[in-house]
Amino acid sequence: MLRIENLHVRVGGKEVLRGIHLVIEEGETFILFGPNGSGKTTLLMTLMGFSGYEVTEGRILFKGEDITHLPTYERARRGIGMSFQRPPTIHGLSTRSLVQLCARGRAVDVEALARRVHFEHFLDRDINAGFSGGEIKRSELLQLMAQEPSLVLFDEPESGVDLENMALIGRTVRALLDKTIDPSPEMSMRDLRRRNTTSGLIITHTGYILDYVNADRGQVLYQGVLCCDTRPTRPRDILDHISKYGYKECIRCFN
Amino acid sequence: MLQLKAPLVDLNSFVFRGKTSVPLEDPSALDSTDKKQLRMVGVDVESTRAGTFLQFDHAPVHCSSARAGVEVLGIQQALERYAGLREYFWRAIDPQADEFTQAAFQEPLHGGYYIRVHPGVRVTEPVQTCLFIKGDGVGQNVHNIVVVEEGAEVHIITGCATAHGVNSALHLGISEFYIKRGAKLTFTMVHQWGKEVAVRPRTVGIVEENGVFLSNYVLLKEVRSVQSYPTIFLNGPGAVARFNSVIVAPKGSHVDTGNRIVLAAPGTRGEIVSRTITIGGTIVARGEIIGDAVPSRGHLECKGLILGEGGIIHAIPELRGTRPGVELSHEAAVGKIAQEAIEYLMARGLDEEEATATIVRGFLNVEIMGLPQELRESIDATIATLDSADAM
Repeated sequence: MLRIENLHVRVGGKEVLRGIHLVIEEGETFILFGPNGSGKTTLLMTLMGFSGYEVTEGRILFKGEDITHLPTYERARRGIGMSFQRPPTIHGLSTRSLVQLCARGRAVDVEALARRVHFEHFLDRDINAGFSGGEIKRSELLQLMAQEPSLVLFDEPESGVDLENMALIGRTVRALLDKTIDPSPEMSMRDLRRRNTTSGLIITHTGYILDYVNADRGQVLYQGVLCCDTRPTRPRDILDHISKYGYKECIRCFN
Repeated sequence: MLQLKAPLVDLNSFVFRGKTSVPLEDPSALDSTDKKQLRMVGVDVESTRAGTFLQFDHAPVHCSSARAGVEVLGIQQALERYAGLREYFWRAIDPQADEFTQAAFQEPLHGGYYIRVHPGVRVTEPVQTCLFIKGDGVGQNVHNIVVVEEGAEVHIITGCATAHGVNSALHLGISEFYIKRGAKLTFTMVHQWGKEVAVRPRTVGIVEENGVFLSNYVLLKEVRSVQSYPTIFLNGPGAVARFNSVIVAPKGSHVDTGNRIVLAAPGTRGEIVSRTITIGGTIVARGEIIGDAVPSRGHLECKGLILGEGGIIHAIPELRGTRPGVELSHEAAVGKIAQEAIEYLMARGLDEEEATATIVRGFLNVEIMGLPQELRESIDATIATLDSADAM
């Protein structure tokens, strides 16, 4: 699904990513750990193709195609979706309209999707206007459900979310990755499994999200390079090490 | 600051006499280019309206009312029938107020409309009026009077436009609104002028106890110069006024416009909201709320976007309180479209043009005006063409 080869990225003249190699297979969920400032968000922003993130070396392949220099909307249209941590408010644009726009002309039942994240009462509000942390997450998930991406990038799905909302958000992230948002009754289990091709790349600090998703692999991003890439690593084990010994110890251990 | 002054208008360079058209019994017989032009400003001669008034150049060509309790007359007709409309004609506006008001007073009166809604009559379909300039070089001088009697309610849509091919023209318009006790007037004005057209409307309204005046103003296309400052006096306790304006100034346009609300009685409220975009033109976005009675509340909001190079937005929000206890506030902002917002929408699959158009549409927020669907669609279509043609 996603292949990142020797990716070097500069932000504001400073090299933040210094040679990233990463492969995420179809249907696989990958967890990215790392201390603040290690370049996690930079990696997501670069994958999405935002301005200010300059690729100086290496390339990004998505479904076999080199997308390193494609504009953001082309990446979105090819199936990359992102959940933003601090999305901007757009006045006069209702949440409902934006969810509709995310579907790009496909028929979606906005009300029904909104009910899944208890967001039906927010549909007529301007997008992100005065939304709390948890509301932002639910709004982002709602947009992604309408967008139906095949690779979802989550930047800290648990930040700013209270415990009650965490369960809802966790379950929705899971449903999005499992493609069980809209299981049609006439579909056989085999068909459903075949549909399960959504991949995920999740940044997490706390690891709460691991209670909800089937995370296949994880790695630590530290000072712009991925560590512990020599053997398959369970995200749980990484998290345990980080909480016991901190990031430095973790890197020593896994290298 | 020189370019902020409205361009000079020489009254002598316009023709104030002789441009009359034959009366038009059936407005749906208009030719299709004129019809299209009228539809763009909200005037649809083929749909259901409570009344219709059409004026071409120097004379009214059609007045009709489809509802009992709604009078739609040409102003001269009304002056004759009602003994000079002594209560209303030049009562809200002082003829000596400024150069253009004087000119409107002195030049031959070409028409304009008189609309009166009888007490207690609530009209659901809008009444439409159109002041249309068809001849090049025409100076049009109209006087409009609207009287909404006690407890009555009406929405008037006024479309002002020039015919295809008209380059230069001058529109002088005096409008006096009288909103009686418990009455409500929604007044929507859509302007679509030509490149060299100068527009000098002078508007004053008086609202009595518990009356409501809502105004929507839409100007999206190029015009040489608009200069106007409608003023509403809330003279009766509990009266309310709200202005919404959506203004786009392409290169070559000079638009100096604003609204003034005078809170002259206890319990009155006023709100002025303007959204302006310059694409190379000059906009002076004014607004003034005067609190002369308590309790009273007023809020003024002007927001401007500068797209491209060469445009100017000068926001001048003013508040004046003359009594302890008035509550007046304002917010003004002039800026650009945030790159962050564009990229957010691009991450959802919208290309840059779609993203910009979506943000601009949201910014202008025509939705809140609650306009009839066909007018909203026509405005949306105009906004869409702006985006692709000039905005970025």
